[in-house]
Amino acid sequence: MALATRSRKPSPPKTSPPPTPPKPTVSAVELGARQREISVSEFFTKNRHLLGFDNPRKALLTCVKEAVDNALDACEEAGILPEVAVKVEAVANGESPPPLSQATRFRITVTDNGPGIVRQQIPRIFAKLLYGSKFHRLRMSRGQQGIGISAAGMYGQLTTGKPVQITSRTSAKTPAHYFEVQIDTKKNEPRILVEKQIAWEHPRGIQVSIEVEGRYQKGRASVDEYIEQTIIANPHVKLTYLSPEGETKEYPRTFHELPPAPREIKPHPYGIELGMLLKMLQDTKSHWLSGFLASDFSRVSPHLAEDICKAAKLSPRARPRDIHGEAAEGLYKAIQSTKIMAPPTNCLSPIGEKAILSGVYQQIKGEFYTAVTRPPAVYRGNPFVIEAGLAYGRGPEQAGEGQEKKPVALAEGEQQQDDHELARVIRYANRVPLVHQQSACAIYKAVLDTTWRTYGVTQSKGALPAGPMVIFVHMASVWVPFTSESKEAIADYDEIRKEITLALRECGRRLGAFLRRQERAQSEYRRRDIFELYIEEVVDACNRLKGGKLPTKKLKEQLHKIAMTRTGGEKTDEVLGKTGGGPEGLPHSIIVTPEGIEGEVSVSIATAPTEAVPPEGAPGEEEKAAKRTRPKGRARHEESGKSKDARAMRRVKPTPRHKTDASKPAGTPRKSAKRRKA
Amino acid sequence: MVRKNGTSRAVEKKLVGVADLVITAAERRKDPTLAIPVRSLSNITFNEHKGMIEMGKGKQARSFFNVGMAKKFMQTVLVADALCELQRANLTTSLREVYYRAKHTIKDSNENTFDTQDESDPVIEDLEVTLEALREELHVRAENAGSVAGPLVLVDDGDRVDCARLGKGGYSVPSIVEPEFVQIKKCTADFVLLVEKGTQWNRLSEDKFWRKYNCILLTGNGQPPRGVRRLARRLHEEKRLPVYVLVDNDPWGYYIYSVIKQGSINLAFESQRMAIPKAKFIGLSSGDPETYGLPRNVGIKLNDKDITRARELLNYHWFQKKSWQEEIKRMLTSGLKYELDALANKDFQYLTKKYLPRKLKEKDWLD
Repeated sequence: MALATRSRKPSPPKTSPPPTPPKPTVSAVELGARQREISVSEFFTKNRHLLGFDNPRKALLTCVKEAVDNALDACEEAGILPEVAVKVEAVANGESPPPLSQATRFRITVTDNGPGIVRQQIPRIFAKLLYGSKFHRLRMSRGQQGIGISAAGMYGQLTTGKPVQITSRTSAKTPAHYFEVQIDTKKNEPRILVEKQIAWEHPRGIQVSIEVEGRYQKGRASVDEYIEQTIIANPHVKLTYLSPEGETKEYPRTFHELPPAPREIKPHPYGIELGMLLKMLQDTKSHWLSGFLASDFSRVSPHLAEDICKAAKLSPRARPRDIHGEAAEGLYKAIQSTKIMAPPTNCLSPIGEKAILSGVYQQIKGEFYTAVTRPPAVYRGNPFVIEAGLAYGRGPEQAGEGQEKKPVALAEGEQQQDDHELARVIRYANRVPLVHQQSACAIYKAVLDTTWRTYGVTQSKGALPAGPMVIFVHMASVWVPFTSESKEAIADYDEIRKEITLALRECGRRLGAFLRRQERAQSEYRRRDIFELYIEEVVDACNRLKGGKLPTKKLKEQLHKIAMTRTGGEKTDEVLGKTGGGPEGLPHSIIVTPEGIEGEVSVSIATAPTEAVPPEGAPGEEEKAAKRTRPKGRARHEESGKSKDARAMRRVKPTPRHKTDASKPAGTPRKSAKRRKA
Repeated sequence: MVRKNGTSRAVEKKLVGVADLVITAAERRKDPTLAIPVRSLSNITFNEHKGMIEMGKGKQARSFFNVGMAKKFMQTVLVADALCELQRANLTTSLREVYYRAKHTIKDSNENTFDTQDESDPVIEDLEVTLEALREELHVRAENAGSVAGPLVLVDDGDRVDCARLGKGGYSVPSIVEPEFVQIKKCTADFVLLVEKGTQWNRLSEDKFWRKYNCILLTGNGQPPRGVRRLARRLHEEKRLPVYVLVDNDPWGYYIYSVIKQGSINLAFESQRMAIPKAKFIGLSSGDPETYGLPRNVGIKLNDKDITRARELLNYHWFQKKSWQEEIKRMLTSGLKYELDALANKDFQYLTKKYLPRKLKEKDWLD
C-alpha cells in the first residue's frame, strides 16, 4: 500500500481535474429532521470505555471501585469511621456455575455503615447519570462528577439486564428501604421496578448490589489489588472482602482517626475560565459586581473586588447580569492580571505522614518505610497536596527465604543471580487507588524523572528504579485533573509534577541515608564474613604446605582473633542484630518517621501489627494543637504540629530499637532535624 | 624429569615460607603480609650500562586482613600450595592447570576461590617475583609457541634434535630451554633471525633461507614466549651469534623488539636472563616502504590506539636514541603502518630474495 501511494504521489498536482461540486442528495430540512438531542446516558452507552468499562475485567474493577468510593465518601462526610464489606461472587448465567476463571457474570455487593440516603433520592443517585452532590462544590472527595455508580448500574443493566438493588437505612429508628432501579437511557431518568420497606440487620447504611458482566483474574489491576491499595491509603477503614474464590479477607482498622473533614471552598479566580465566569455572572445572587466578586470567589476581599472592577474599567455597582461580551472578557483579563492570594488549603485533607506509614507498614513487607506530606500548592487556582511514601526491602521472612537457598558451585562465566525486580508505583488521587494507565500518569513520570541513583538505588535509563521497593504517591485536591473520565491517570501539570518530584526526592534522601547506614553495617559484616571464609582456606593451604603437621585449630583461632580486632567485630554483630539485641517483633526493620533519619518506630505501629494505635492519646493532642494554631494558616501549622508531635513521641516511647540507636553516633538525629528546618 | 634436587628443594622451601609467614604473623598477632615487588612501569629502571630493564625496589604489601586484598592473599597461599605440590611430585604443568587445581568453592558459601584464570595467572607471577624463583623453577610451563630451524643441533631430554633436518616445520621450542633440559650440542650458524610472524618464518623456512645465509630462524608467533626468548639469548650468549629481529612496522612490532632487547616491564626481573641488549632491529622500519618502493596503498592507517601507543614508546627510556625517536616519529607523520605481509605485494618471495639480502648486505638495521 505504501508503494502505491508513493507512486501516485507525483501525479495529483499535475492532473487534478477541476472538482465538480457533488449534487446535494439530502436537503437541510431532511437533515434537520434527523438532528436531535443525545442523552448523556445514550452517549455513555456507546462510549463506555470513557468511564472505565472497556473490557470485562476492567469493568468488574470499576464497578467495585465506584461503589467503594461512594461508601467511603459518604461515611467520611457524615463523620463515621467507615466499615465496608465488599463481596464479589460469580453468578451462574442460567445453567450450573462455570469455573471461576471462565465465569462471565458477577454480582458485586458493597455494604457500608454510612449515613444512608433518603428514600426520595435513592433512584436518582443510582439511576441517573451526572446526578450527585459532588460536582457543584469545590471540596476534596473521592467522587467528582456523579457519574460513577449510576454508570456502573447502567453497565450492569446493559450487560445482564438486571437492575441495581439498593437497601438504605438512615437510622435505627427508621425502616430500611429496598429499591430495584434501572436507568432509562433515552431520558437519563430512573425507572423504579421495586420499592418496599424491609427489615435489615444493619442499623444504618447502604447496600448496593449490581450484577455485571465481568472477568475475574488476580494480579495487576485486579479487584484484590485495588482493595489492598485502598487499605494502604485508608488505614482508618475497616474492610471485609469476600473474594469470588470464597475467601474472606479482613482488613482491620489500623488508624483510629477519621481524616479531618475537608472544607468546601469557593472557586479561586485564577482557576476559572471565561465561560465559567459568564455562567457565574448569570447565576449569582449578588446585585453588585463587587459583591459578586467578593462573595462568589475565594480570596477576593471587597477591597480587592473594587480594584478588579477599576482595572476592568467597570463600575463596582454594575449588575452582574448585565456584564457580557467585551466587558466580561475585560473583567476576566483584569482578574487574571490582579495579584490574588493563593486559595485556602484547609479544604484539603491529606492522609498524613503517620497514617501513610501505618498503612504502608501494615500492607507491605519491608525494612524501611518513610512518608512525606508536602505543604499545599496550587495549580490553576486549585489547591492540592502531594504525599509520598516509600517501602523498601524484603522484610524479615522474605530475606530469610533468600538465605536458605543451598549454595551451588558456580562455573566459570556463571554469576550469582541478581533479581532485577523493578519498583512498584502505587498511585492515589483523593485516597482512591489508580490502577490503570500508569505510564500516562504524572506520578509515574515523576518517579521516572527522579534520579534514584543518587540515593543508592539502581535505575536504568528511562525505567523505574530497580529494587524491592514500593513507591506510594497521593494527590489530594479539590479537583484532581484526570486525563479521562474513567479517572485513571493524573494530568501532567508542571506544578503537580514539581510537587511530586520534591516529595519523592525527600523520600529518596531518607532512603539513601538508610541504605548507606545499612551498607556500612553490612560491609563490616561482610569483612568478618569473608575473613571467616578465607581463614579456613588459608589455614588448610598452610597445613598442606607444612606437610599436614600444622596445629590448624590454634592457627585458626589466632587468625580469628586478629580478624575480630581488625574489624570491630562485636559492634557489627550488634548492628546486625546477630547477638539477639535487635528490636523484638521487628527484626531487620527500621521505620523512619518524618522527624529524621534516625527515626523510631512510631507508637501506633511499633506495639503490635494486629491491634494498633491507642484510640485516643498522642493523636488527640495533635488534634488540639491543630485547632490552636489553625489561625496562623494551615501550612505553617502542618510543620509545627508535626515536629511537636514527633518530639512528644520520642519522649514518651523509648522503643526497643533504642539499644541499637545508642551505638550510633549520637549526633545524627539532631543534625538531620536541623537540616530539615533549613 | 631429570632435575637437580638442590634447586627443587630450595624452591620448595621458598614456597613453604609463605605458610611460615602466616603462622609467624598469627603468633605475633600481626596481619600476615606478603611484600610483593611491584610489576609496573613505575618500578622499573633502564640500566643504560647493561642495556636492559631492571626491576626497582618498590614493593607492595598484600595483607590478609584488608577487605581489598583478603581474597588475593588467600589466592596467593592457595597457589603456593599448588606449586609446592608440583615440586614434591616433580611434575611440570601449565598455568591453566594450576588454575584448575587451586579452584574450588569455598566451604559454606557459593564463592569460588578463583573465578577465571585471569585471577590466578598474576598470582603466579607475583610468587615468581616475590620468591625470586623462575617460572621454570616453579615447574610451570607455557605452551610450545615457537619454532626454530637452521644449522643447530640440540639435545632435548636425551634426544638429539637436528634443526636442519626437521623439514619445513622445524623444531617446536619448548617453554623451558634451560641447560638442564635442553643442551646446545652444535651450532654452525652466523646469526639468529627472530621473526615476529609465523607466516614469514614459514616463507623463509620453505625457501631454505637459513641454508643460503647460514642462520637460525626463530619465531614466537607474536610476542615471543619465554622459551624462544631464552633460546635466542642462549645462542647469543653461548655461541656469540648476533640476533636480528624482524617485526611489523607498527608500535606493537617496536615493542616486541624492545622486549627481546631490554626485557618486558611486567617481567622485568627476568631481563637479566632473557634480554639480548645487542639485538638489532632489521625491519620493517618506517623508511622501508620508501626504500623498497612499497606502494602507499598497502599501508594501514594508524588508529587512535596505535597513535597513543607510539607516543608512549617515544617516552620510554630505552627508545631515547636519536635513531629510534626518528623512526617512531616518521611512522607518526606518515600516519601509516605496514605489515610484513605487505612485502608480498611485490612478489611472494620478495622477503627471501630481495628484502632480507639487501638489508643484511647494507647492514641496514637499528640498534
